[in-house]
Amino acid sequence: MRTLDMLKAKETGVVAALRGEGEIQQRLLELGVCDGIEISVLRFAPLGDPMEIRLRDFRLTLRKAEAALVELQA
Amino acid sequence: MPATIALVGNPNVGKTAVFNALTGLAQKTGNYPGVTVARKCGRLQINGHAAELLDLPGTYSLAAHSPDEVIVTDVLLGQLAGEQAIDGLIVVLDAANLERNLYLVSQLLELHKPIVIALNMIDIAHRRGYSIDADILSDRLGVPVIPICARDRTGIPALKQSIEQLLGAARTPVPFQALCPPSHLQAVEKLLDELKRQGTALGRTVPKQEAYRLLVDAGGYVESRLARTLGEEFTRKLKEVRQGARTNGASLASEEATLRYDWVRDIMADAVRRPQHGRVSRSERIDNLLTHRIWGTVIFAVLMLLVFQSIFTWAGPFMDAIDGLFSSLGAAASQVIPEGPLQSLIVDGAIAGVGGVLVFLPQILFLSLFIAVLEDCGYMARAAFLMDKLLSWCGLSGQSFIPMFTSFACAIPGVMATRVIRNWRDRFTTILVAPLMSCSARLPVYIIMIEAFFPEHDILGGFITTHGVILFAMYLLGIVVAIPVAYVLKKTLFRGNKPPFLLEMPSYKLPQAITVLRKVFGEGKEFIVRAGTLIFAVAIIVWALAYFPRSEAIGDQFDAERAAVASTVPEGELRDEALSALESAEAGAYLRDSYLGRAGHLIEPVFKPLGWDWRIATATIASFPAREIIIANLATLFNLGANDEDVDNSLKATLRTATREDGSPLFSVPVALSVMVFFALCCQCAATLAIIKRETGKWRWPLLTFTYMTGLAYVAAFVTYHGAHWLGAMMGA
Repeated sequence: MRTLDMLKAKETGVVAALRGEGEIQQRLLELGVCDGIEISVLRFAPLGDPMEIRLRDFRLTLRKAEAALVELQA
Repeated sequence: MPATIALVGNPNVGKTAVFNALTGLAQKTGNYPGVTVARKCGRLQINGHAAELLDLPGTYSLAAHSPDEVIVTDVLLGQLAGEQAIDGLIVVLDAANLERNLYLVSQLLELHKPIVIALNMIDIAHRRGYSIDADILSDRLGVPVIPICARDRTGIPALKQSIEQLLGAARTPVPFQALCPPSHLQAVEKLLDELKRQGTALGRTVPKQEAYRLLVDAGGYVESRLARTLGEEFTRKLKEVRQGARTNGASLASEEATLRYDWVRDIMADAVRRPQHGRVSRSERIDNLLTHRIWGTVIFAVLMLLVFQSIFTWAGPFMDAIDGLFSSLGAAASQVIPEGPLQSLIVDGAIAGVGGVLVFLPQILFLSLFIAVLEDCGYMARAAFLMDKLLSWCGLSGQSFIPMFTSFACAIPGVMATRVIRNWRDRFTTILVAPLMSCSARLPVYIIMIEAFFPEHDILGGFITTHGVILFAMYLLGIVVAIPVAYVLKKTLFRGNKPPFLLEMPSYKLPQAITVLRKVFGEGKEFIVRAGTLIFAVAIIVWALAYFPRSEAIGDQFDAERAAVASTVPEGELRDEALSALESAEAGAYLRDSYLGRAGHLIEPVFKPLGWDWRIATATIASFPAREIIIANLATLFNLGANDEDVDNSLKATLRTATREDGSPLFSVPVALSVMVFFALCCQCAATLAIIKRETGKWRWPLLTFTYMTGLAYVAAFVTYHGAHWLGAMMGA
């Protein structure tokens, strides 16, 4: 299964499902990481983590560990 | 009774600008009881209607996962003790980011309160190619939607008019069908029944909307708060109800989000047109440079260095001016007030004490100016992005960087700067390790010890010197120690779920003067008022301990010696010199005999293992209120006149020649190192402790900070002294 953290800079994916539970899942959902949403990876920080993504109309920074919860459509 | 209106919205939507535009200068800031959230309110005056405008912290949703986040929900539902019920809401939305902003609106509409929506930054949205039909949005939402641009006040009159209608007699709540499946509603009713049954234990009636948050927010704060009072039986029941409410495999939170975003899509359909994709915004182009792997890091380092250096260079003259002002004030007071306890209390206690605090004001103002500008323009989020990985190694996140960095100048603004950290565990950890960073008040101690006891050699062809390297090592020491301390704190006291690091990258914008200045003056005022009162009290206490009992025997003895000098030495320079030497010796004798001096002798055995004698120990103990006092203390204790013009130079010479009782030199490289290491790690700053108390709300955190730092300082100084001794012996042999 491909997850968001596996994308490279400038690549795009579509959310298939969201793993995890509790706070982290709820926060990602509230920010709009829902099924069917397109996410593009803008860049990675100098040390490779965290990463910056764009979804809906805004840009978000998250760690790879959190991005790994976002499953992408094949 | 004036109406209370809440200002609500996501972070980074320009809520502060709207608040400033609506209230002007009539603002008050304080704290909500028991939590670390700033409470900001202002007076709203519209055509004779007066209302209180309450600025709530920015939030993406009403789901709360910490005591700080539950404030918004509690205030909106009228569940916060001491806080008036809300009569209406002004919701601020970012016009160029409506989809995510409307998610919060869907939750706010369910509160059934009168609402006005301010569509902020409409100009930026238009420039980016969005077209928004506010009338259609207003029709669909059933509330007024006013496009505004708070920065240049476009649309503010229209917004005020809308608020006036909101304040009018009607105050009609919005009819709004709750966005949730029937199974959720049934579950909420079940929870309400259960809560009613337990009503007496709870002491309040839980509103429906809170019960809904209880249902959906698994592991959230509403749940943990109720579970604390109601016990395990209730938690079991809650689990059961949650299980029954699920309609498919997805979590309740997932069902809620999906429903709300579907609703948002319908609201926006045909009313909002987005720009064609492929256009890269200005902010993104700036970020291609500012968060670039190499250039971003270089620019960041240069920027931080510049901020740091300018704090020293720019604040320097102001600090000297304040210092000079208080010195001359003290001198003037000495002229007016006759010699004696009163003069000493006013000059050495009150004036010197207050001056000692106020001297840090310029640094604090400059630092908060830089931080406010970096915050307001949006760079802080980038700094966090760049530094996150480094800080994650000790269990923190990128948001801790700025507070830690700031603490190199002064821990007080550093601790204040932790307010941007959303997770309280990360925030408290940062607060507790921030004072380990070598602040500017440690600099005088380092300088004196290094210059007096270490030979200066050029390294790398004179580009740097041994003195520079030792100084750098002292700064490094704080960082090196902070890493394991933060790690341990995060593993023990602040253990908890690793907080998700989700940070929005806001668009860059020009910092607004009013927002920046308000922040700078606010910080300055708070510093003077709160820390000032405590420091003042401590300064008086230390003065009293160092002044009393003032035994007459010592006075008589020195009077006799003075008389002897007067009768034997002829009038002139020689006699003046002898008399001034006597005066210094008298000051030293009084101090030795004072309660503080006696305590110093008493504690000497404690500090002996560090290589110290009673004078170093006393000077150190007496500088616990503020570490830079050590210079004055050493000068007094080693029998130097406190008002000597050139204290530094002569102090260095005196320290070099000081001997122990057996005649051997007191100071050596190991002793100097042990003193420096102790000062690097010890928490000798009452102002910092007072700020920690204020920011954390409890005395236990400054107490812990003081205890662990002092303990660490002692152990490290011990190890340093003996290690250096052993090393010296090895090399000598």
